[in-house]
Amino acid sequence: MASPMKSITEPHAGTASHEAELQTLTGSQIIWDTLVHEGVSVVFGYPGGAIMPAYDAMPAYPIRHVLVRHEQGAAHMADGYARASGGVGVCIATSGPGATNLVTGIANAMMDSIPMVCITGQVASYLIGSDGFQEVDFTGVTLPITKHNILVTRTQDIMPAIRQAFYIASSGRPGPVVVDITKDAQQGSIEHRYDPSPIRLPGYRPEHHPVSREIEKAAEMIKAAKRPIIFCGHGVIEANATAQLLEFVQKTNIPVALTLLGLGGFPATHPLSLGMMGMHGEAWVNTAIQEADLIVAMGMRFDDRVTGNLKTYAQNAKKIHIELDPAEINKNVKVDLPLVGDVRDILRMLLPQIEKRSCEDWNAHISELKGSSAVREIQSLPDNGRLFAAHVIHDLWRYTQGKALVVTDVGQHQMWEAQYYKHDYPRKLLTSGGAGTMGFALPAAMGARMACPDDEIWVVVGDGGFQMTACELATCAQEDIKVNVAIINNGFLGMVRQWQQFFYGGRYVATPIKSPDFVKLADAHGLKGLRVTKREEVQAAVEAARAFKETCIIDFRVEQEDSVYPMVPAGADLDNMIRRPVPAAAAGGELPSEELPGEAIKDVPPHNPIFETGKDH
Amino acid sequence: MAQSESPTLRHFVAYVEDQPGVLNRVTSLFRRRCYNIVSLNVGRTHELGVSRMTFAVEADEDTARRIEANLYKLVNVLSVEDITDKPSLTRGLALIKVTVGQEKRSEVLQLVEVFRGQVIDLDLDTMIIELTGQQSKIDTLVTVLAPFGIAEMVQTGTVAMTRGEKGGAAVGAAQQPPNLRGVFAA
Repeated sequence: MASPMKSITEPHAGTASHEAELQTLTGSQIIWDTLVHEGVSVVFGYPGGAIMPAYDAMPAYPIRHVLVRHEQGAAHMADGYARASGGVGVCIATSGPGATNLVTGIANAMMDSIPMVCITGQVASYLIGSDGFQEVDFTGVTLPITKHNILVTRTQDIMPAIRQAFYIASSGRPGPVVVDITKDAQQGSIEHRYDPSPIRLPGYRPEHHPVSREIEKAAEMIKAAKRPIIFCGHGVIEANATAQLLEFVQKTNIPVALTLLGLGGFPATHPLSLGMMGMHGEAWVNTAIQEADLIVAMGMRFDDRVTGNLKTYAQNAKKIHIELDPAEINKNVKVDLPLVGDVRDILRMLLPQIEKRSCEDWNAHISELKGSSAVREIQSLPDNGRLFAAHVIHDLWRYTQGKALVVTDVGQHQMWEAQYYKHDYPRKLLTSGGAGTMGFALPAAMGARMACPDDEIWVVVGDGGFQMTACELATCAQEDIKVNVAIINNGFLGMVRQWQQFFYGGRYVATPIKSPDFVKLADAHGLKGLRVTKREEVQAAVEAARAFKETCIIDFRVEQEDSVYPMVPAGADLDNMIRRPVPAAAAGGELPSEELPGEAIKDVPPHNPIFETGKDH
Repeated sequence: MAQSESPTLRHFVAYVEDQPGVLNRVTSLFRRRCYNIVSLNVGRTHELGVSRMTFAVEADEDTARRIEANLYKLVNVLSVEDITDKPSLTRGLALIKVTVGQEKRSEVLQLVEVFRGQVIDLDLDTMIIELTGQQSKIDTLVTVLAPFGIAEMVQTGTVAMTRGEKGGAAVGAAQQPPNLRGVFAA
């Protein structure tokens, strides 16, 4: 069909400029040329006045552009691309509101140390400071939420600025970098030659190396410990240190607890994997931490969601902190031996020094702590005709053989996913950890799709968070991006509702949330939509979703007032947990396992006042 | 926060790139990490493109280390040194305008003499005194001049330099990369 509009969608099969040739290029061309030299093949963005010159030059370069519906989506897509690929994600926006819409995504990437370069248009240099149309001081706005930012006002500074941005974003502890380029710098022309020489930033030192004396001391501490425990954090994944960690555990038999962002950094089905620690970690994991005499923390920062009350946190343990960022040492928890450097480098130094050891008694003790908890896990219980989120996620894990790339949003579903989807591979769980940004999941998954074209990708998202960035469904349709979306729909802003139940007297203020018909919403976008209300329908829906070539939404209508257990109330002692409700039949003593199936779950009241005893700190 | 002792006044020297916005980056860091700046001074050095900052902060030793480590995370910061426990000189400069007529002038001049200050401007009923010295000296002069009536005063903020050989921050600024070991040794 003939279109009245002239539309350019296909990028040219162009190439980057040759390093030896001097060419006359505009600033706009230099932007793309530099991006191609940096290995960029996809960018996520939205055009507008101050970035129009750059967009005009784009089609001549071999870079795919994904047109988002809101710039926040562009930032999360670049973030998801970076998390899934290990490379740098790139997003583009115009000045003013275009740029400020990126802010949430930039802050999110900063909190989780994600390498990302954001290129924004800025009003012409002669208008800066005049409150020009769509002018926002974007380097000012992003100062506290970027690893670094650069305002470029001259054409000749564009290439060095973008090269620096990639270098800074991806080296050391990664993070987002903003390059704000004025419209006149984009429009200017210069004699240009790509400069591949190493970047010189005299004040920037991304690398640190511990000395051998410290490595020896660590080896001694590990040898002497009776009840050691390893913490696997995001740094293990960022440093690609999973193989070294596995070797380390094989040699020492030390059990491994993981942070939310560390999940997948050590295989969940490994016998020595304890799973997630902290606020929604299993009780035996947190108890083990409190009883440990040595913590070997790798690439994590003792976040308040991990430690609970710092005054009572892991009092019996000596702490070795393997961490790339010196500013994290002793920030929250005072450690006995900091090893500052890349986790993989340090493990490589440490491995030859470590003696083979067993942790038999300690691991046996942890198994005892575990006791009957596994039986109480909802995944092991029958559904009795109801649909529980935990069942949905457990089934999703089974039907995807635990191999899917899962992107979660923020809230209850995120914690259930972390508890019940057993991630065995790094970079297969993408989630917003530090910032806890609702609306992250769908766009981040779309970015991950660009990095991993062959992966089965599942978005696990709540009905609230999904609606924050649901506009990106239109992007899925336009750009032929295929992801599967499992909406854990309970009609509430579930995590807030849970806190209201536990800590605010059950007053559900502003948490009941009405959603559109998600099946019709998918249909309206030309995508697929399914609804699931019973557990026996889960498998068929999962299989149908993956068979569609379009993005498919499954609206899982789950139990409305289910809560995430166990839970350490904010600021409480780590081992002071709100436990899963014990079925009444078993409350008196040992769990009679024969009685569990059948009636047990009916005894669990959907709204349980006995747990409304905590305090919200 | 892992607190080890009560905060004391600590002095830092930092070399930074002389670029627009660098002061903003440093102060933004202090603001968002809740480090309280008591005094801050910045100025160019004899080397092109390099500025030197001196700042006084209320911090315990642990916080001081993290201030140093956080400053190093700023791309434009070349080197940092906590000189609190090193033999060093700290100086500030103050200009104090005193409201004083003929009858009390000699009294004030005597005080200025005691403090080794200088009178740099004299009018029928005002006098501007310039004083260089440690903060405590400036504070004391202000106290003794107060009864005469201080019309206005201004001070530079403390600048500091270690005694003896070239200071750690100065060496660090020239080094590629400087030795960071002291910052986070166990």
